[in-house]
Amino acid sequence: MTLSVLAAEAVSGGSSVVHDANWFLENAWLIPLLPAVSFLLILFFGKRMPKQGAEIGIAAVGLSLILAVLTGFAWLDHRDNFEVPGTEEHALVVEADGSAGSDELTLTAAAEEESDEHAETDEHADEGHEASHPYVAVQNSTQWLQSGGIEFNAGILVDGLSVMMLFMVSLVSLLVHIYSTDYVGGDRRYTHFFAFLSLFTASMLFFVVSDNILQMIVGWELVGVCSFVLIGHWWEEKPNSDAALKAFLTNRVGDIGLLVGMITLFFAAGGGLTFDTITINSEIVAGNVSHTALVVAAASLMAAVMSKSGQFILHTWLPDAMAGPTPVSALIHAATMVVAGIFMVARLYPVFFEGMQIGGSSINLLATVGAITLVFGGLLAFVQDDIKKVLAYSTVSQLGYMAMALGVGAWTAAVFHLFTHAFFKANLFLGSGSVAHAVHSFDMKKDMGGMRKFMPKTYVTFIIGSLALAGIFPLAGFWSKDEILVGTGGWGLFGGTGGNGAYTFHLTMGMIGAGLTAAYMTRAIYLTFHGEYRGGHHDEAHGEDADHDDAHAHGDPHESGPRILVPLYILSGFAILAGLLNLPSGFQLVPDSWQERFGHFIEPAGASYFPVIGHGGPSWSLAIVSSAIAVGGGLFAFYYYFVRVDRMSKQLGESLTGLPDGLTSRNSLARVGHKVLVEKYYLDHLYTGVIAGFTKGPLARAAYWVNQNVIDRAVDTAGTTSVRAGRVIYDRIDQGAIDGLIDGTGKASDASGQGLRHINSGKVQNYAAILFAGAALLAGAFIIILAL
Amino acid sequence: MLLNQFLVLAAILFCIGVYGVLVRKNAMLVLMSVELILNAVNINLVAFGALNDDVGGSVFALFTIAVAAAEVGIGLAIVLLMYRNRRSIDLSEADMLKG
Repeated sequence: MTLSVLAAEAVSGGSSVVHDANWFLENAWLIPLLPAVSFLLILFFGKRMPKQGAEIGIAAVGLSLILAVLTGFAWLDHRDNFEVPGTEEHALVVEADGSAGSDELTLTAAAEEESDEHAETDEHADEGHEASHPYVAVQNSTQWLQSGGIEFNAGILVDGLSVMMLFMVSLVSLLVHIYSTDYVGGDRRYTHFFAFLSLFTASMLFFVVSDNILQMIVGWELVGVCSFVLIGHWWEEKPNSDAALKAFLTNRVGDIGLLVGMITLFFAAGGGLTFDTITINSEIVAGNVSHTALVVAAASLMAAVMSKSGQFILHTWLPDAMAGPTPVSALIHAATMVVAGIFMVARLYPVFFEGMQIGGSSINLLATVGAITLVFGGLLAFVQDDIKKVLAYSTVSQLGYMAMALGVGAWTAAVFHLFTHAFFKANLFLGSGSVAHAVHSFDMKKDMGGMRKFMPKTYVTFIIGSLALAGIFPLAGFWSKDEILVGTGGWGLFGGTGGNGAYTFHLTMGMIGAGLTAAYMTRAIYLTFHGEYRGGHHDEAHGEDADHDDAHAHGDPHESGPRILVPLYILSGFAILAGLLNLPSGFQLVPDSWQERFGHFIEPAGASYFPVIGHGGPSWSLAIVSSAIAVGGGLFAFYYYFVRVDRMSKQLGESLTGLPDGLTSRNSLARVGHKVLVEKYYLDHLYTGVIAGFTKGPLARAAYWVNQNVIDRAVDTAGTTSVRAGRVIYDRIDQGAIDGLIDGTGKASDASGQGLRHINSGKVQNYAAILFAGAALLAGAFIIILAL
Repeated sequence: MLLNQFLVLAAILFCIGVYGVLVRKNAMLVLMSVELILNAVNINLVAFGALNDDVGGSVFALFTIAVAAAEVGIGLAIVLLMYRNRRSIDLSEADMLKG
């Protein structure tokens, strides 16, 4: 209606993209290029370098980080000070009208009363910003090739989202590079490892700056390949190569969805046949794309998100991917690659916003898949003995939060959680790697325990990461998780939130997830860092003393070196502070200019390529209740492990592994639940046993039967009939008519050949004479024909 | 423009070339006669190009020269091989090219 008209105007004006801007914004393509060059250099010269190629990778990624930071600053300046040349007046009117008009349109009946007042002030604040400086992305692309009138461009799209990703990916990658020089030091494929870290970094950076969907597919597949290679880094052991294959094949399932979705967009958007992300998004926002096409595209892309970003039911590859080296898990399977799906949704947000009708609804596929993932993933984390698997399921759960946030329309909250999660989860993974480096195992129950004494520094960073993950005030996770819960718009208590709709179910799931997160992290901390050290030998424990002596005999585990600790410190710093970047708007304790900084710089509010979304207002009561649930979950687990298990372990004089099971041995329901969790909801059985087994067994047999009895019979009948018909044809037509003809031709050729044999003398000059004679004849014929 | 003179010159050259190719027994002379034929064609191309005020004719002539160079290369190689095998480049002896 009015909105679409205004948006259409904005599209035709093209006011949300510019091609000339700050040097750093225009040349952001350098950032992925550096690690790509480094990949080739390491591959060809790495082995001959003094540090076996690691220094090339670190230098390249370091330079990328510096460029990314400078690009970030350039973006901050650009966002606040950029004037659209020549169209200020016009843009001002359109933008102001657009945001004012959106107010009425996006508010739903359910949320209207509570949020009216707040939304009003919100929009006014936004209007102030936008009127002076609209959100303008920077695009710099060049034509790659042209075929049949369709242009294939290669280029970069720099806006808040990609700048944020550039910074985050290059920072985590640099820290992981440094960490790896210690962690995989002395490995037989050390150089190879760094080469692929570089390639991964390049692909991920390439993916996040790409300005068209074709380029996104390329980046998406490249990170998938790097993930495959790095999971299978130690492929000599069968489980590792199996895990790599599983990751790759599970992702292929989603990749089909990605292709179908992108192809749909290519044909559907506007006049169609464009790969350009901005054009596609703008056309959708302007209402020029059929809803059916968007539903198909959104549903297909959902499959891609589910596989790449580990959403329930295609998440099964992610925990297995922990077979790769820990730095790889931290970089690829926690901080960067697995958020590619989330990033893709954020980048193509209009597709999902319109296709799934996020605004004004209370349930949709994306949000529901996210909500289920976050609870079910969290539950699975309770039954894992491998510390990395706990973190892997935690990642699944947190990715569920992000998907849910996007599903309920809380775009900024999702992207912000992506940002903070990268730091604290990378911190936790690297911390677990630090512990595992000391005890040479990932098994918390068998080989860890009491690590606090041996590794106090790792312990502190791990605690910080866990608190941030659990969402304890005022660490990073608190702010981002709270914003997601606010964004669901399902909270009505004491001046509730009001977002794009009343997603009460999702709010509930988010709350449960918060409690679960705190509880499973407490469990992991207890098993790893508290209690008695159980490592040192793999026999059953014989009580404290024997354990202790044994540990001494093998030498106590010791704190890791600086190349492992420094990245941990830096990531801990981010885990503490990153949340302050986006203090909620209307947060009374800080000045207005500190609020929503992240949202202001990242979210393309009012841009022609971004849908008009509602923003929930923060609520003190919601923050307090969700914090209370998180703390409660943590305390419950604390009581269970730190008090009850600890006491029982001391009373019985048994180490943890020797304790009789508590609840599960007494309550049959609990036992069933535990079994289901240990078996990972039987999803792996479903995939390998039922689906693959059915295909191999009954389905194959049924197909064989159909083949033998139906198809074969048909083929046989057809065959005998043909033979009979063939015989008739042979006798009558073939022998009589055709053979006579063929024989005649043969005889004629024979006779003429006999005649012509004589000119075939073998003398070259005779041949030349014939050639000239022929040419002369042809020329004569030509002249005669022309003359006629 | 004196197109006819050029055409006549080309025709004469062409006929001399054809005569050489058909009659001379020395392979080297046959190759040289082939060059004459090609150059006759070149003259025609350039002459017609000049008549029509079109640079295409000259361009084609240049192409022909390049192709002729390649052709001579191959021809000389054949002659050389022939000499190595038979100690003679007399074409009347080269009569094995028959079915």
